[in-house]
Amino acid sequence: MNDPFIQLSDVSLRYAGGTVALSNTDLRIEQGDFVALVGPSGCGKSTILKLVAGLLQPSSGGVLVARREVAAAEGSKAGGQRVRIGLAFQNPTMLPWLTIRENVMIPLKIVDPFRQDYAKKKKGEYADRAEALLAQVGLKGFGDKRPWQLSGGMLQRASLCRALVHDPQLLLLDEPFGALDQFTREELWDIMQALWIRQRPTVLLVTHDLRESAYLANRICVMSSRPGRILEEREVPFARPRTLESSYSPEFATLVQQLRMRIAHARSPSDTEATAEGVSA
Amino acid sequence: MSTFDGVNGKTRQRMLSAATLLGFFLLWEIMCLATGVSDLILPRPSQIALVLWEKFPLLWPHTVQTLYTTLTGFALGVTVGIIIGVVIGSSRLAYDVAYPLLVGFSSIPKVAVVPIFVVWFGAGTVPAVLTSMVISIFPVVVNVATGLANTEPELEDVLRVLGARKRDILWNVSLPRALPYLFASLKIAITLAFVGTVLSETVAANKGIGNVMMIASGNFDVPLVFAGLVILAVMGVMLYAVSSFIEGRMTGWAQRKNDVVMG
Repeated sequence: MNDPFIQLSDVSLRYAGGTVALSNTDLRIEQGDFVALVGPSGCGKSTILKLVAGLLQPSSGGVLVARREVAAAEGSKAGGQRVRIGLAFQNPTMLPWLTIRENVMIPLKIVDPFRQDYAKKKKGEYADRAEALLAQVGLKGFGDKRPWQLSGGMLQRASLCRALVHDPQLLLLDEPFGALDQFTREELWDIMQALWIRQRPTVLLVTHDLRESAYLANRICVMSSRPGRILEEREVPFARPRTLESSYSPEFATLVQQLRMRIAHARSPSDTEATAEGVSA
Repeated sequence: MSTFDGVNGKTRQRMLSAATLLGFFLLWEIMCLATGVSDLILPRPSQIALVLWEKFPLLWPHTVQTLYTTLTGFALGVTVGIIIGVVIGSSRLAYDVAYPLLVGFSSIPKVAVVPIFVVWFGAGTVPAVLTSMVISIFPVVVNVATGLANTEPELEDVLRVLGARKRDILWNVSLPRALPYLFASLKIAITLAFVGTVLSETVAANKGIGNVMMIASGNFDVPLVFAGLVILAVMGVMLYAVSSFIEGRMTGWAQRKNDVVMG
């Protein structure tokens, strides 16, 4: 337990305008774990994700990924063993001039052990790899289509494939299913769960959907509103694979309800801790 | 009949366009004949056609000259425009620093620079090439810079987290994304380059359609002036058509947004 894969210790982040997005946050995530961050909007969930990704630097405190200080995302020349990270957002951001398969293959073109052989393998091994992933998310045969020929749900599946194609050790998901309808979302939960069970990356999922967090995560971190910090961590004890039926069980409903009340409490002004911090900030 | 909306509708539209064009010249001819206007003022289309036919061996080298000047100026202008556009578009600092200078240059009426080029390089092809170059740089710079600045920040994040270098992002995302902007500007630039060439030819050249028209108007050979105009019109339409065709081929993905959505 002494060396977690991701460790945030006493991290604070103040934006240039003076807004405090995050104050004195601690978070530990073990390798291969699946952790969800939930909280009211604007509470700094995405900020934590960007800190872990190295897209932001903390104002104070330390962010360690695989026991290394997170480097600025650019300047990978320093080299060494970078932690391979996959990232997916609410917006699938596919490049319209490439086919779906080529879009999924983008990380292979950029990430280090793969990029050397890209020209040689893009027609063979890499294309097969992308196709195999696409098949797993139910997009078999869509590899040659262009992004504008697919629906939002399909693009989001492709975006998941793109986040996973380079076999990342760490998968960062920022409300990846937020823009989808209920049915598609639940279908993608299942797909996400299956992918996680198969590849076992460490996953940090940011979401405002409490059912989603309870369905997917091993552990749920509830955050307070701005300045954000982690109020409570909940283990999710349900056995895997979780199914849609299990998500309507009484235990599941109880957990979701408790999370809901915790967040409602965090937002209300009667929360003495929050008020105190609001004044000091 | 619903078939008219499909392929037949398109043919019908084309035929109507052709008929309108033909009708325009016909009306022109008839009006001239009816009013008996002198061909020193407005020659009839048939007279112009005759001049074109008779003087074609004389006009041809000038046509080639104008085309050559336009294309050279255009190629130079686009090259320089792309370079400046990429530099400005990929760096916020370069954008802020260079912008006032750029606005200053682009607001100069380009006619005004012809005399300067003539002083520097003498009358002839060089000032014409330079004029058409200078005039076609700005739309390219502005469009390329805008296109580059339009990269979605989320996608850039995805790539940066993968360890992409600035060059990777520029090459894989920003440049392809800027292509439709570039091609849109090429259509404008080719038309402007053409204007620049003819402009410079009328002021200071010894060859080219612009020069022919200038001399012809000095000799009151109005049908020849109009013949020059027709050549310019045809050439302009052709250049525009070619660049629009290339645009369609290169950036089809940007124009098919409204295509059938599946699933």
